[in-house]
Order: sequence, then structure tokens, then C-alpha cells
Amino acid sequence: MGKRIVLGAVAILLVIAAAYASFYVAPEERTMGLVQRIFYFHVGSAWAGLLAFFVCFIGNLMYVWKREPKYDWLGVAGAEVGLVFTTVVLITGPIWAHPVWGIWWTWDARLTSTFVLWLLYVSYLLLRTLIEEPERRALHSALFGIFAFIDVPLVFGAIRWWRTQHPSPVIMGGPGSGLDPTMRKVLLFSGLAMCVLMAFLIAERYVLEKMRSEVDILQREAEAQ
Amino acid sequence: MSLLSNTAILLGKELRTEFRSRELLTTTAVFILIVLVLFSFAINPGTEEARQFAPGLLWLAILFAASLMFQSCFLREQTNDTLSSLRLAVSDPFAIFLAKLIANTLFLLMTELLMLPFFAIFYNIPLWSKLPALILVLFVGSLGISIAGTAISAISAQARMRELLLPLLLLPLLTPVLVVSSLVTGSLLDRDPIVQWKGIGFLAVFDLIFLTALWLFGEYLLEE
Repeated sequence: MGKRIVLGAVAILLVIAAAYASFYVAPEERTMGLVQRIFYFHVGSAWAGLLAFFVCFIGNLMYVWKREPKYDWLGVAGAEVGLVFTTVVLITGPIWAHPVWGIWWTWDARLTSTFVLWLLYVSYLLLRTLIEEPERRALHSALFGIFAFIDVPLVFGAIRWWRTQHPSPVIMGGPGSGLDPTMRKVLLFSGLAMCVLMAFLIAERYVLEKMRSEVDILQREAEAQ
Repeated sequence: MSLLSNTAILLGKELRTEFRSRELLTTTAVFILIVLVLFSFAINPGTEEARQFAPGLLWLAILFAASLMFQSCFLREQTNDTLSSLRLAVSDPFAIFLAKLIANTLFLLMTELLMLPFFAIFYNIPLWSKLPALILVLFVGSLGISIAGTAISAISAQARMRELLLPLLLLPLLTPVLVVSSLVTGSLLDRDPIVQWKGIGFLAVFDLIFLTALWLFGEYLLEE
């Protein structure tokens, strides 16, 4: 309990600090102006979301291997938290795109792949609600989670080949890309803040799922008597 | 090789069951036909734009048809609980998947070939000269659809609302196949056609990756 409170407090402080840094520390972008500052949260959430889906994938793999319920809890926690961060990405994206590109949405490679990713994990969570028996639900959703995660690079590759309009990566991107050093620091910091927040949310959701499954077992026992 | 001989026997069983009634093939073929006609109301075919949209529509129709066709794939085994006998009979459970996915690919290809003339006539697209390349694309695309579809239908057969769940799980997973096969088919049916080997290669890689995943994880899908 104590650890979770500390983690939560650290996460909240980091997010506040990241918000301060992205508004007051980072320099104003020359052409895009104020709206560019959403970029720190947008990209940070994208990293945290992908990392959360990776946690889900690890949980899925471990469940298929070890068959311990705790990995199932990790899987569902990762998927739900990842979905929240991806939703943030999908909402902050259009807020930025409307003044800069002049449109809310375009069927560009990265937008479309993120959207498909979002759909895949929505399906994963829906699947979980439609299988009654806990062990079968855990196993089958884990297997679907594995297929979904394998599919992600393929989705990305296919759509990238199809078309691209999104600004190319500014961190470790190709030649010609680059970021002001202060902006870069703020971006890395807000990425870190988002990842700590993500870890905190996954931990909370994990404990919630654990309690839920305990209640479920008790309920079944009570019904059996 | 017990895997191959098991697969061959199971494939024979799948084909026999289907060709006794031909229910699945006729229903799916008629379904694709209906979708092609309905699309023509939505976009006004015969124009130059229709030529652009047609490959995507064809693949969309195939994808929808497949997500209906694969429903019965594992459900059929549930009626008399034949799946547990199958599992006991074969040494490697992958043979069950292999037989089912080969059968699914064959059924899908058959309906596609049956529908191609209608597609060519309705959308006014000459296919004859590009037929071999087109069949190749149809094959690698349908193989990918069948591999993923067979795996997912084993999952959805165990759930509630399975009729809705299968397309829901399968269609987002198949986005790469839809994107790439529509593109490759599009450039095949263009005024100056080219065969996009890169795209065909991509589809083959998709097939291979999902086949490997099915080989690794398929046996868990069949657990009681």
C-alpha cells in the first residue's frame, strides 16, 4: 500500500513538473507557436501507451507459459492503461493538427496505425467481457493479445508503405530531423513522467483486477454452497 | 511424416463435409455477389473513379465474406463435440489447424474465382491479360486471411456473441492484408499494369509470421 502511494505521488509530481516544463521551460516554436507545446504530452503519451501494450504482451506470453492468474491481471492492466494513453494520443493529435495542417484528421501512416492499434486493444478488452469462464478467458484473451501485438509492426509496415504525412521522428529520426536541445530535454522529461504515471496506473489496475478475481472466486464458492 | 499424413486425412474430411452440401461455398459466393452489387449503388461504377475503387471494394468484399465463412470452421466441431476426438486422434494438434486453414484457403479461392467474372463485368475491368498475377495475389492474400481467420475462429467459437465477435477480432488484425492486397491489385488493374513484387512479398511475410504464431500457440487454442 505504502509503495503505491509513493509511486502515485511521484507520478503526479512528475506530470505537474512536465506540464510546467512544457509551458514555461521549452522555447516557443517559431512557426507553430503555442499549440506546438501539446507535442510534449502527445509524444510522451505515445511512448507510455506503446510501453503499456508491451507490458500487456509480456503478461500474455507469461500467462500462456506459466498459467498463473497474476499474468492475466498484468495483461488486462497493460491493455487498459495502454488504451487510455493511446486515446490521449488520438485526441491531442487532432487538437494540434487542426491549426497546423488545417484538418482534424488525415489517413496518414502513423495516425492510421495508431487508430488500428487502438481498435485491436478495444477488441481485446471486448473479447474478455464475452468469455465467462475465468481460465478460458485468460488463456484465449492472452492468445489474441499475442496475435494483436505481432500484428502491430505489420500494420505499421503496410500503412507506411501506403502513405505518410506525419512529421518524421525528431528523436533518432533520419538526417534533417532535429530538435532544439531544451525542447529535447523537456520531451524526454515529459516522456519519463508519462511512463511513471503509466506504471502507477498499471499497478493500481493490477491490484483492482486481483481483488475482482478474488471476489469472483468467493462468489462462485457461495453459489456452489 | 505424421504431421503431413494427419493433415492430409483431416483436409480430406473438411473437403468431404463441405462438398456433401456445398452450403458454405454457395452462401459465400452469393454474399460476395450481393456486396459487389450493393457497392455499385454506393459509388456509381463504370466511371474512371470506379476503376480506382474497385480493387479495394473487391478485397473488402472478400474480407467480409471470409469473416462470415470462418464462423462455422470450429463451430461445426462443437455440435457433436468432435473436436476432442480430433485432438485425441492426431499426434500434433497443429495438423487440425493446418487442415482447416488449407480448406478455408481453398474455399475462399474458389468463391473468389467464381466471382471474378462478375467483378470484371460489373466494374468494366478487363482481367484476362493479368490473370496469373491476379491469381497469385488472391492466393497469398487469401492464405493470410485464412491463417489469421482460422486462429481467431477457434477463439470466437468459445465466446458469447460469437457471430459478431469474429469480424470484430479478425478485421483489425487483417488491416495489413487489406491495405497491401488492394494496392497490389490496384496497380495490376491499372491502365499500365505493373506487378508489385514488394507487396506480394509483404503478403508472403504476413502469411509466414502468422503461420509461425499459429504453429507455436495453436495447441493452446484447442485446450479444454
